[in-house]
Amino acid sequence: MLREKLGSLRRMFLGDSSRVFGTVSVIFLVSLAIAPAKNHFSEWRHYQKQYRKLVRDRAEGATLEKHLQPGIQQIWIPEQGVVDRCTTCHVGLREASLADVSQQPFRKHPNIPHPLTEFGCVICHRGQGTATTVEEAHSSTKSWEQPLLPARYIESGCGQCHLAPLTGTPQLNLGRRLIASSGCSRCHNLQRPDGTKLLPTDDPPPLPHLADKTTREWIYAWIKNPQAYSATASMPNFGLSDDQVRDVSAFLTAQSTPSPAAQKPAPAANAAPDPAAGASLYGQSFCASCHAVQNAAGILVGGDLGPELTRIGTKARPQWIGAWLRNPLDYDPGTRMPHYRFGDAQLATLSGFLQAKTDSDFLANVHLAEATPEQVAHGKQLVVEYGCASCHEINGVKKPENFAPDLSRIGSKPLVQIAFAEGVPHTLPDYLAAKVQKPRAFGASLKMPRFKFTPQQIDAVTTALLGFTERAQTQPAALRIASHVESNYQPAGKAGQLMNDLRCFSCHSINGRGGDMAPDLTWEGSSVQRAWLRDFLKNPNTLRPALIRRMPKFNLSDADINTLTDYIMTVYQTPAFDRDSIASSEFTPAMVEQGKELFYGKYACQSCHIIDQKTDKGYIGPALWSVGSWLTPAWIFHYLKDPQAMRPGTLEPNQQISDNDARLLTAYLASLKSGGKQVAKK
Amino acid sequence: MRRLVPSLAILAAAMFATCGRKPATAPGPAPTAYGTAIVLSAGDKQFASVGNVLDQPVVVQVNDPQGNGVTGAPVWFSGPHGVKFDPAYALTDSSGQASATVVLGGIAGRYQIAASTRESNGQPKDLKIDEIALDYEQTLGRQLNDHYCSRCHNPESTPERVSNFDNLTTKPHPFTEGDTLNKMTGEELLAIISHGGAALSKSAEMPPFGYTLTKSDLQALIAYIRAVSDPPYRPSGLVYAKHQ
Repeated sequence: MLREKLGSLRRMFLGDSSRVFGTVSVIFLVSLAIAPAKNHFSEWRHYQKQYRKLVRDRAEGATLEKHLQPGIQQIWIPEQGVVDRCTTCHVGLREASLADVSQQPFRKHPNIPHPLTEFGCVICHRGQGTATTVEEAHSSTKSWEQPLLPARYIESGCGQCHLAPLTGTPQLNLGRRLIASSGCSRCHNLQRPDGTKLLPTDDPPPLPHLADKTTREWIYAWIKNPQAYSATASMPNFGLSDDQVRDVSAFLTAQSTPSPAAQKPAPAANAAPDPAAGASLYGQSFCASCHAVQNAAGILVGGDLGPELTRIGTKARPQWIGAWLRNPLDYDPGTRMPHYRFGDAQLATLSGFLQAKTDSDFLANVHLAEATPEQVAHGKQLVVEYGCASCHEINGVKKPENFAPDLSRIGSKPLVQIAFAEGVPHTLPDYLAAKVQKPRAFGASLKMPRFKFTPQQIDAVTTALLGFTERAQTQPAALRIASHVESNYQPAGKAGQLMNDLRCFSCHSINGRGGDMAPDLTWEGSSVQRAWLRDFLKNPNTLRPALIRRMPKFNLSDADINTLTDYIMTVYQTPAFDRDSIASSEFTPAMVEQGKELFYGKYACQSCHIIDQKTDKGYIGPALWSVGSWLTPAWIFHYLKDPQAMRPGTLEPNQQISDNDARLLTAYLASLKSGGKQVAKK
Repeated sequence: MRRLVPSLAILAAAMFATCGRKPATAPGPAPTAYGTAIVLSAGDKQFASVGNVLDQPVVVQVNDPQGNGVTGAPVWFSGPHGVKFDPAYALTDSSGQASATVVLGGIAGRYQIAASTRESNGQPKDLKIDEIALDYEQTLGRQLNDHYCSRCHNPESTPERVSNFDNLTTKPHPFTEGDTLNKMTGEELLAIISHGGAALSKSAEMPPFGYTLTKSDLQALIAYIRAVSDPPYRPSGLVYAKHQ
């Protein structure tokens, strides 16, 4: 039956040569039509048709339709290796009038500073630029493993070229700050495309004299869980077992040698410290600018430059606190803590106050028997194995080289090289986020410790890491926006030594080196008057009512104050103007009066500054009631003309004040000598 | 029905998405109690960049008819496409509250998310919560706002950032004050930010920022102000979209 049917079919199509010819022709024609048909029914044609329908009913439809270029579109940028066909379907990316359309692929691209034609799409979004189907362009396929980047990590694209912080990329900036402040680059190499390294900004203490500072019990409890001692501790949790921690603490205690500080006579201890006096000295010395303490409600109050001090009495030995307060540089020559010049009575009061900050629960369950030599040896082995010396200086253990994998191109790591943990989706961002969150989920034998990050922080760190791509490392140098690299500026001579001793650079920045907690002092000598600077160093009072972080009182000797004042006044001057170019004697009482009217009327300066303490309330800028004894008239004038030029990033906007108005305002401000009283000029 | 605004479109999409799926069975521990109402405790009207985690978790409370918190009541969190919740299902704690961290979707705009519970008879109770996702320009505007504007325009003080709002004679408009700011055109906002209050016969306490910020910075600020206004900003003039 079937055979008969087949036989008749064969006769019909292949019966004689003309039938064969006809059949082959038809097959040939049909196969010729496959390609055009595939093209005709392709996805992108469907989207372009849909787009035409969408715009037809809109008021500006005719214009939009004219903008639409039919067929496959391509952005080709040879020098960057960009071949992006995304605009074939995403046809409305550049149409401002489509702001209300939420339907993809027709949404307008949000405003960004880079035109589509110069950068294309995949540099930031990833995906496969040359693909012309939705699946291939967006997802990972057998031949393409980089899918579209989820929006939460999009700022990583900016990080490939912009190596310095950008205002519009808070997440990327935070991620880089966290990588630096968590000390990631102490174990991992993170080389930026411009050849500079991402340097750590944390401050792990050296451990060669550790036994001077604390007990083995505290070391044990701390390594077991640093965040149990201080929630803000930057030391990560290594997840060591009780026995391992016992042995590490045994080794760290055994390797310790007495510090130079311990060889000096111990400061006299105060038998009965007065807590009120201690608290007031702690306040006056502005310890809280850098150190936080938990208040009664359990909220941390204070800065984060130094460690939290809530339980410092449980951690540090009493003699060590005294010696440290006398001169921290004796114990740790690299510390950020300044050398305060405390007198013996002050030392006793303050160290008594700190010793009393204890928490008896913290060490209640730690009972360690005397360490055996085997435990010490095993402890040393663990210290080497876990790379403790990558961060801490330790007697007898060398800082390991290339301890952890190089992350300079981690943002392009091929997925085939990654061993995914269970439950982690097979994409690079998910891998990085999971690795940052729970490193040991990828294998119990891994050494990477666990950092305490919030979900936001994990996203930020992942974003920053994703910016370290192959493309970033290999693209033309002209595309890079250079990273900010701290200078190695070092002030000279005796003043330079003093400034190091006082750790000015922990908070202030000068000539491109230093911290950002306090004002930049590069042009301080043009800005302030000599007498004011001397008084300020003797007794720093705050200039800004709304600030809680303030300059500490170092108890400097008159000779030291003169050395510092002379140096600052002579060396730290702006080349833009001469600080003596405007003399207060130029100003007449009439000018002062006119300036006052401008201050309160036209420019409403009292919105942010206080002169009359009864009526003025603004407390954004510094109080100005004695600005005439503080700043030089030339600085005031030039600052009013262009605040950003004098102090980059200041909140005070440039108001394009005319020379005449600026001079009158300067006259008024220069007349304010103290307590808001104007000193009449003869 | 030819007039459509972006927020409405997204809100509508949000509604469809949230109404569409109602979990039939609890994917976690079974509820031990049921309330009759669900109210918001914290976490609405937050802003975050697209695809990002909201700074604060969303916290809701399930109450009994007397208005007291119910412990062990089920709460489902759901939202439009792209929004993720951790956890998406929870039982209320001892104070009657349940919370979830929220990751917004990848498209800028307003997101309406829902927290739902069930009465003992199976009747669903929904609570709608609005959150805002910012695009690049709006995020830039937010950063500029935090640096230059919020010290006066945001009345809330924190220990780290004391507000100057109360110290000013003419009170500045908080940027969420849509009732006032939505009536101003983009040009008007640009003029007052660039030239200051005095130049426009308004309070001189508002200084000019046109010589400090770039043109694109100013546009970013305006984009931010528009994004966060409450009620939502609707651009003036006709905007046509296809009849749906």
